[in-house]
Amino acid sequence: MEQEKYAHLEKELSPKTPILKNVIRAFLTGGLICLIGQFIALFYITYFNFTERTASNPTVATMIFISMLLTGFGLYKKISQFGGAGAAVPITGFGNAVVSAAIEHKSEGYVLGVGGNMFKLAGSVILFGVFSAFVVALIKTLLVKFGVVSW
Amino acid sequence: MISIYITSFIVGGLICVIGQLLMDVAKLTPAHTLCTLVVTGSILDGFGWYEPLIDFAGAGATIPITSFGNALTHGALAEAEKHGLIGVVTGMFEVTSSGISAAIIFGLIGALIFTSKGNI
Repeated sequence: MEQEKYAHLEKELSPKTPILKNVIRAFLTGGLICLIGQFIALFYITYFNFTERTASNPTVATMIFISMLLTGFGLYKKISQFGGAGAAVPITGFGNAVVSAAIEHKSEGYVLGVGGNMFKLAGSVILFGVFSAFVVALIKTLLVKFGVVSW
Repeated sequence: MISIYITSFIVGGLICVIGQLLMDVAKLTPAHTLCTLVVTGSILDGFGWYEPLIDFAGAGATIPITSFGNALTHGALAEAEKHGLIGVVTGMFEVTSSGISAAIIFGLIGALIFTSKGNI
């Protein structure tokens, strides 16, 4: 009984997550970041002879560069506080995770600090991305080999 | 021409909304959310559904982290098509190398230039 009462009380007292507000903010922030990416892609398509499909590589690199500057000047943290997942999900959030970890651990030296901690946050994304890609590609390749599906 | 800007905004925004819902409703940590999205992206490419999304939304599909999973699978599949099973391993970073190398290079440059004042 006591425990039930406590759980009830805790639920009542803990602040409610403003889901709708967070969702709208995430939509606007994420949408805006992707829109900026689209403009950068247009720049590469117009001036550097990339096509719609190949432009994504330099675009991603440029976005990570911008993310480095914003992180270094402490602005990306403010964007994250406003946008939540809208700032974390785009590739700039990945860049922010790497750069902020690198700067944070600079005091421990470049080899052990920066090198050892750079992928502390982003490493799990790479790990699960690579492993799931491996599994998916393996399954598909085997299915093609056995003639179940085609490329 | 204008429409790609609208679709990139909307699709990019919606993927972030999915991320926000995973965090707020499903109570996942940000790291779990990003991993979920990456795995989703790589599975979607296994079915061949992510490329049409890129054609439709441009950067709205390539900037969110889902495209990282998509690019990994895409590279692995493209190489597997040419060289068989071993291509699954060798082709993985073929497409997505720019994101990882940019993160490493700019991560180190960032650490050289900036110092943490507790606000990073």
